[in-house]
Amino acid sequence: MTRPSPPPTGSEVAARAALETRDLVKRFRTGEGPVEVLRGVSFTLTPGQSLALTGESGSGKSTLLHICAGLEPADDGAVLVQGHDIARLSEAESAALRRGTLGLVFQQFNLIPSLDVDRNLSFQARLAGHHDPARIAALAERLGLAALLNRYPEELSGGQQQRVAIGRCLAARPAVVLADEPTGNLDEATGDAVLDLLLEACRDAGAALLLVTHSQRLAARCDGRLHLQSGRVAPA
Amino acid sequence: MTAAALSALLGHWRRHPVQLAMLLAGLALATALWSGVQALNAEARAAYDRAGALLGEAELSRLEAPAGLIDPADYIALRRAGWRVSPIVEGRADLGATRVTLLGIDPLTAPAGPAATDLPEADPAAFLVPPGLGFAAPETIREVGEAPFPLIAAPEVPVGQVLVDIAIAQAHLGLGGQISRLTILPGQPRFVPPLAELVPHLQRVDPGEETDLAALTDSFHLNLTAFGLLSFAVGLFIVHAAVGLAFEQRRPVFRTLRALGLPLRRLMALLAAEMLLFGLLAGSAGLVLGYLVAGALLPDVAATLRGLYGAPVPGALAFRPEWAAAGLAMAMAGVLVAGGQSLAQLARLPILAPAQPRAWARASGRAMRLQGAGAVALALVALTLTFRGEGLVAGFVLLAALLLSAALAVPLVLAALLSLGERLARGPVAHWFWADSRQNLPRLSLALMALMLALAANIGVGTMVSSFRATFIGWLDQRLAAELYVTARTEAEGEELRAFLEPRSDAILPVWYAEATVAGRPARIYGTKDHATFRDHWPLIAEGPNPWDRLAAGEGVMINEQLARSADLWPGDAVVLPGAGRFDVAGVYSDYGNPNAQVMLGIDAFLAAFPRAPRLSHAVRMDPDEVPAMMAQLQDRLGLPATMMSDQAQAKAVSLQIFERTFVVTRALNILTLSVAALALFASLVTLSGMRMAQLAPLWALGLTRARLAALDLGRGMVLAALTAVLALPVGLALAQVLLAVINVQAFGWRLPLQLFPGDWLTLGFWALLAALAACALPALKLARSAPADLIRVFVQER
Repeated sequence: MTRPSPPPTGSEVAARAALETRDLVKRFRTGEGPVEVLRGVSFTLTPGQSLALTGESGSGKSTLLHICAGLEPADDGAVLVQGHDIARLSEAESAALRRGTLGLVFQQFNLIPSLDVDRNLSFQARLAGHHDPARIAALAERLGLAALLNRYPEELSGGQQQRVAIGRCLAARPAVVLADEPTGNLDEATGDAVLDLLLEACRDAGAALLLVTHSQRLAARCDGRLHLQSGRVAPA
Repeated sequence: MTAAALSALLGHWRRHPVQLAMLLAGLALATALWSGVQALNAEARAAYDRAGALLGEAELSRLEAPAGLIDPADYIALRRAGWRVSPIVEGRADLGATRVTLLGIDPLTAPAGPAATDLPEADPAAFLVPPGLGFAAPETIREVGEAPFPLIAAPEVPVGQVLVDIAIAQAHLGLGGQISRLTILPGQPRFVPPLAELVPHLQRVDPGEETDLAALTDSFHLNLTAFGLLSFAVGLFIVHAAVGLAFEQRRPVFRTLRALGLPLRRLMALLAAEMLLFGLLAGSAGLVLGYLVAGALLPDVAATLRGLYGAPVPGALAFRPEWAAAGLAMAMAGVLVAGGQSLAQLARLPILAPAQPRAWARASGRAMRLQGAGAVALALVALTLTFRGEGLVAGFVLLAALLLSAALAVPLVLAALLSLGERLARGPVAHWFWADSRQNLPRLSLALMALMLALAANIGVGTMVSSFRATFIGWLDQRLAAELYVTARTEAEGEELRAFLEPRSDAILPVWYAEATVAGRPARIYGTKDHATFRDHWPLIAEGPNPWDRLAAGEGVMINEQLARSADLWPGDAVVLPGAGRFDVAGVYSDYGNPNAQVMLGIDAFLAAFPRAPRLSHAVRMDPDEVPAMMAQLQDRLGLPATMMSDQAQAKAVSLQIFERTFVVTRALNILTLSVAALALFASLVTLSGMRMAQLAPLWALGLTRARLAALDLGRGMVLAALTAVLALPVGLALAQVLLAVINVQAFGWRLPLQLFPGDWLTLGFWALLAALAACALPALKLARSAPADLIRVFVQER
């Protein structure tokens, strides 16, 4: 198992961990019986740290990310966000956690098509009650979106849309950013630029980043790497 | 290739059975309401034809007197000159417990129709000699009950008619020897003097022209057809919405099939064949439903037609292939119209066209602008017809233009209101709520247009009926002012009756009339006694100076509103009454529930002009408390049957009952149309809910709970339904005004004041919101209960 180094002590982890998983197990029922997608996955992510989650298709990366985001329950094990076990949260508390503490970035951007760029950027921050127009303006400037604020998502290129999605996520000041192949739909140059932004912004904000990616090149740019193989953490 | 493509296309319906059910249900309901109405019309028309065929008149020419009745001297002159003609007498008369059409024939000269060949055997002497013998349908015999002559069951005779000897009919109708018309028999002698020389004042009417009954009831059937068409249109909105959404959902399949080499023409042919198959399936189901609807409504329609026009329509429905074929054709045409737009869109679409929601909405934005232009154009048509249109057809075109214009404007107005909501919203969720509602508006607009049409029709027809009812009740109080109404069976009994009542009542007001043609219209002229009952109560809507004095002096006449409007005769104008002379119109009175012209003439002038008019019916003014005792005395002393008398309350109850029955069909069609609209909304929301997951899952991921999203979705449906209901109110009131001031005037000849019933609107609004709640609840519940796995699938399917 590859952990971000150096490994902290248990008490240090409890005090510092932004996201921690303990022996996560997830099974799916299929026509051929239950399939174990995650088989005891554990890792810890501290504030400001970035971790790349790699593995082949079907290795359980997205499932792990969804469980960390509280979108899907684990069958066994625990996920702790800032020390809170998300399995014990009600749906409303889980939703509040996603609004205020977690930030999600998807491969398909998942912007809200009925809102313009400005409203999309501020949407999650306003939901979380962290709305700061000055911060939104600064983010838009930094992400190269200042001239596009009145446009609608379908009027933007893939790279621009992903920058809006990252801006939306960071505007809410999340403690943990969970990004599911955020550059998967982008060409290499645009993907690199977007990842630069994401890493830099997370580092500046002190947010932990869990990045699902197929690319070894992109993974190498993170502070650590977690490789999944058949649901288990394996050497990369 | 075709089989594989078809399998891929039909796979959509296997995965979306509810959507398929909605599509078929919408089309079946639309066909049901349309074909149900057509079945009613076909049944009535067949009855009119049967009535015409009874005496073999449908194929024969006839002679009629423009003044109304033919003098017996004309008949004798024609016979002497060698013309083979047969006299017929026809008129409405009270018989036993009901009112029937008495049809008097001369059995010796009658043409060879079913009346001469198919009637049951009976003693010819009994038929000819008083009291006579009548042939009638078993249904009529049941309704008549106790009759002054024996009735023999003859199913060939149309319901509501009684066939008797001509002399018996003349006696009962008080026509003396006068004749309604003369049938010109086939096989005339070669050398007879021309009709123009013998009877220049009579008019020859050749066969093939519309029967009197068909002409008289045209407006009633046009009203029914218009409602059927409205219901069909509302149903088509469902089909259009379902087909449109299915096309959009299958766009990736189309893209793939075409990319894999399926020619566009083949794809379109397959989709057209699919729609025709649906049309056939749903149309057949709709015909069965329509037959049931028509069967349920026919008794009331028949009662209305008999009560209003004396039309002999039976209360039982027969299957007629013509309406079934027409209904099925409408279903097929409807599904092609509904799917045509989508097919045309497909034909123009590039193979790899994107299917983004905003792009779709933007494309719809272009359609919306076109729609707006259409709404304005139709509004201008409606406005022009309001001031320039004449006739019933123009009235219905005005109605259609008004409704269609309003329907087309609904999405535009809603979009503007939702934009306003977006601008005023505070908070991200509220902001998203309005923006998202606006974005999804194009997908729901057809259903909302259908809802608006149904609600406006409900408000319009409801306001018309309630206005009519309120006016009618007030009018009945004025019109039925006498405490007792009595009808004698014979002239002698009438005289005895008057002698008996004279010392026992305050006044006896004759209800005596003669049939005539006035201003080219069939009319009834009443002899009117000068009495405070008329002066104090009669509902005049226009009057010249001293109308009652002039009526009593025989200087002027009163005419009913129907005659005034149709012949444009108003106080100050003159009218010619055949046999009585020329009179000034002294006043115009309202006369609801009667489609024919009517004239009131002073009793002295009436008796001088129509000395042979029957003197059978009387209105009696007396102490209301003594009415029951008087009725008992009339029964005991004069042997008058109870069915020949009615007190004021009974008379009003009967009139109100006829009134209520007239609108049973309207109300039923109203409720059915609203149900269809609710189904349209449900169908659209259910279909949309499947596509909404992709829009809602990111919001859930961003921290909105499923319950909140479901509540917002439910709220969105309710807000749109409520806004649509508010928009339907002015449209409904405009519709009511058109019905009251244009359609009723053209169809029935009376105009009613518009009255407002806010309580009814609130009730309707409540039901509309309840219907919308029912339509929105299932998709919202589905969303609230959706498993996280379903929402996550949205993100997983991205790859």
